[in-house]
Amino acid sequence: MLENNRFLKTIKGMKRLGGITLLLIAIIIITVIIQPRFFTAYNLRNILRWTGLFGILSLGISFVLITGGIDLSMGSVLGMVGAIATYLMTIGGWPVWIVVIFIIVLSAFLGLLHGLLVTKLHMQPFVVTLCGLFVYRGMARFLMDDRTQGYGNTEFGIKFLAAGRIPSAFWPAGEVPKFFQDWSIPMPFLLLIGLGIILAIVLNKTVYGQHLKATGRNESASRFSGIHTDNVIIVAYIVCSTFAGFGGLLFSLDLNTVQPSSLGNMYEMYAIAGCVVGGVSLRGGEGQILGVIIGAAIIRVLYNAINVAGVSTQLEQVVLGLVILIGVAADEVVRMISARRKVRESMALAQKALEESRAAAANR
Amino acid sequence: MVEDKKSMKMDVETECALEQEDIKSGKRSGDYILEIRGISKSFPGVHALSNVSLQLKRGEVLALVGENGAGKSTMMKILAGVYTLDAGDILIDGESVIIGSVERATNLGIALVHQELNLCDNLTVAGNVFLGREPKKGLFNKFVDTERLNNDTAEVLKKVGLSVSPSAILRELPIGTQQLVEISKALSINAKIVMFDEPTSSLSEHETEQLFKVIRDLSKQGVSCIYISHRLGEVKEVADRVVVLRDGKLSGCLEKHEINRDAMIRLMVGRDIEKMYQKNHTVSDKVRVELKDFIVPKRASYPIDLTIKGGEIVVLSGLVGAGRTELLHAIFGIDKRWGGKIFIDGSEMHINTPAEAIKAGMVLVPEDRKLNGLVVNMEIDNNIALPGLKDHLSKNGFINRDKVDELADRMVKLLDIRLYMTSQLAESLSGGNQQKVVLAKWLSMDPVFLLLDEPTRGIDVGAKAEIYKLLEDLAQTGVAILVASSEMQEVLGIADKIVVMCEGRVTGELDPLTCEEEDVIKLATESAVC
Repeated sequence: MLENNRFLKTIKGMKRLGGITLLLIAIIIITVIIQPRFFTAYNLRNILRWTGLFGILSLGISFVLITGGIDLSMGSVLGMVGAIATYLMTIGGWPVWIVVIFIIVLSAFLGLLHGLLVTKLHMQPFVVTLCGLFVYRGMARFLMDDRTQGYGNTEFGIKFLAAGRIPSAFWPAGEVPKFFQDWSIPMPFLLLIGLGIILAIVLNKTVYGQHLKATGRNESASRFSGIHTDNVIIVAYIVCSTFAGFGGLLFSLDLNTVQPSSLGNMYEMYAIAGCVVGGVSLRGGEGQILGVIIGAAIIRVLYNAINVAGVSTQLEQVVLGLVILIGVAADEVVRMISARRKVRESMALAQKALEESRAAAANR
Repeated sequence: MVEDKKSMKMDVETECALEQEDIKSGKRSGDYILEIRGISKSFPGVHALSNVSLQLKRGEVLALVGENGAGKSTMMKILAGVYTLDAGDILIDGESVIIGSVERATNLGIALVHQELNLCDNLTVAGNVFLGREPKKGLFNKFVDTERLNNDTAEVLKKVGLSVSPSAILRELPIGTQQLVEISKALSINAKIVMFDEPTSSLSEHETEQLFKVIRDLSKQGVSCIYISHRLGEVKEVADRVVVLRDGKLSGCLEKHEINRDAMIRLMVGRDIEKMYQKNHTVSDKVRVELKDFIVPKRASYPIDLTIKGGEIVVLSGLVGAGRTELLHAIFGIDKRWGGKIFIDGSEMHINTPAEAIKAGMVLVPEDRKLNGLVVNMEIDNNIALPGLKDHLSKNGFINRDKVDELADRMVKLLDIRLYMTSQLAESLSGGNQQKVVLAKWLSMDPVFLLLDEPTRGIDVGAKAEIYKLLEDLAQTGVAILVASSEMQEVLGIADKIVVMCEGRVTGELDPLTCEEEDVIKLATESAVC
């Protein structure tokens, strides 16, 4: 019975993931048909890199969404932290590893702040993080005096995190063969996979993960069960902001320059979009890490496909919005149909039982 | 068995369905405003109503009584158009009708006064009475004609003898007045049939009298009323006829001169009442739990002292709003108490959160199962494991899945929870089985002090008996048990000691062996003293 249990559960989970995986494959096939150039090593490498960078943001916000909250400040945190990191490493002259620790602590602190405001002051997550969105963007511009920050041509080992590729970067000696030069995996994507595995373990195998899901589905019942729901929620916000800060570092390294007024604009929306497409419910309680990664990939592939296929750039957001809408609507429709079928089945059963009892009475 | 059922049904039919021939020949059909013929309704796992027939005369006050889960509310909701029926006919004024929606019910002149107030307390009295049917005027006929609204409302309010301004904001009025506004709302649609679902559960004695006067006036004006209540004394006072439901079936029917407590109870619970409440546990002499000068938040003026011995079942009785739930929540650390001490087995416990309460050996089965008792859209096994996950079922923060599965299987077997697999969602179970999952979740913690808030609300009789049996067994092992209950049979049936509360204060302690239902009610309504 137990094996049976887990087996059925896995199947159920796979059905959902199967849907979005199919969507991803469909988008790729359609694009390849329209424009075969899509399927080149260079283009795919680009997609993987962007998927990695944006996917990390989606991973970060997924815990907050599972609690039923939201974090609109992600993009601004990313911009501010990215600018600060660049400044400290270049003009500030701080050692790289101290800068990394500093920005991780800084962004974790911002998350702690959001979490405390949401749980202890009972403020709405939307309001708290909306204010964050303004404040951190403004702070970034003020601190940097609106000047663009950049790493220039200085060689920082840490640039490897954003620009490096594996295995070509670690080729023992001599010329890297052509195949590996083309198909080495960009570091951001590997980081995404690594962080994804960690978060998936936390979500599915640990007490915290179980408490997170329970809190997201029913905070009150979780509290009645002795769970410190406030702490669970605060940790989710810390994870979110920390991922945003780390993302800021990666984006600054990837772009090599940071404009305090624009880096990260709208990125919180891309992060949320990735989660939503990947099956995370904004009502809380629902979500799988693999889904989030696939969802983030869909957004990036779509973006790339629009460009490669030659759709006017003015239209790209229209296409993006519509595809997300249709994807999520299709999911809801499937759910409604199966719910209705269930109701009909149970009604039929009740009717049958009634007729049987009547027939029995009539026979008497 | 089938024969038994049939003969009972025959009895009931001859008793209730007066002169069938007359009705068929059309002579008497005018007497009935409403006729229900053999209606049935099922929910997944429960036959809420099966083959129930009854008639309602013009201007009659018909009381519908029965235990929780007997099908009274289902019947009301079918008539109010909230549920559609699976089988059977409903006739209004002799014509067969299909009530598919609340709107249709309203058009047919059927109004329901809900048990819980269904009002928007930020609106005015008039705004509530005519909500959704506001008289309009002005540009595009889109503006509310406030003057007419208030005049119309004043007229309706007069009918129920209410003298508040139609433009008063609802939340500023006392709860009893709000209840009368709800009734005005029902009357404002020119209802021919008004159904009252437990209308007095939050009313004072005076307000109840007022309500009865309104019901009698309505009856005189030819409006028929269906009155649902657990308070049999009230039923005797107000009803012309009583129909008793049991387990979704018609159990009997009493004419005005036949209405008395014993007859109603006999029909409500059947013969097996003694079997349902079997008391054979022994109460130890040692006090297990003690509350000293305990102050429930927002009820600061009345400190509460309470002792519970090992193996003792103490029942908290009182009206809605007496503060029982608040007391249980404060003991369990959900809401911070304002003062006082809790002792378990003689040592003081410092409890400010549910987590601390659980550590001290307490567990709480809350009143609202869906909101507080269970994460309904989570699996049964994960629900059962939730409280013990951190301390008993994991290592270094990682869940031990085998232990969780083992625990879930053990508890499911122990409580005889009927399911097809432990990883199905809790919401797919019937109410009784859901309640058993809540109990399973808490019993897995091996409590020394068990708190239960209305543990049998909305579950069927079978599950109820099983839960009583379980409490018996737990008491036998020396657990201290504190139950809040509004159901008088339950209070008298399971308690070793009854503690009655009124408006946040303990008004008395009673011995169930020597006291009567009236004694409990008297203490529960001692509002003059409070």
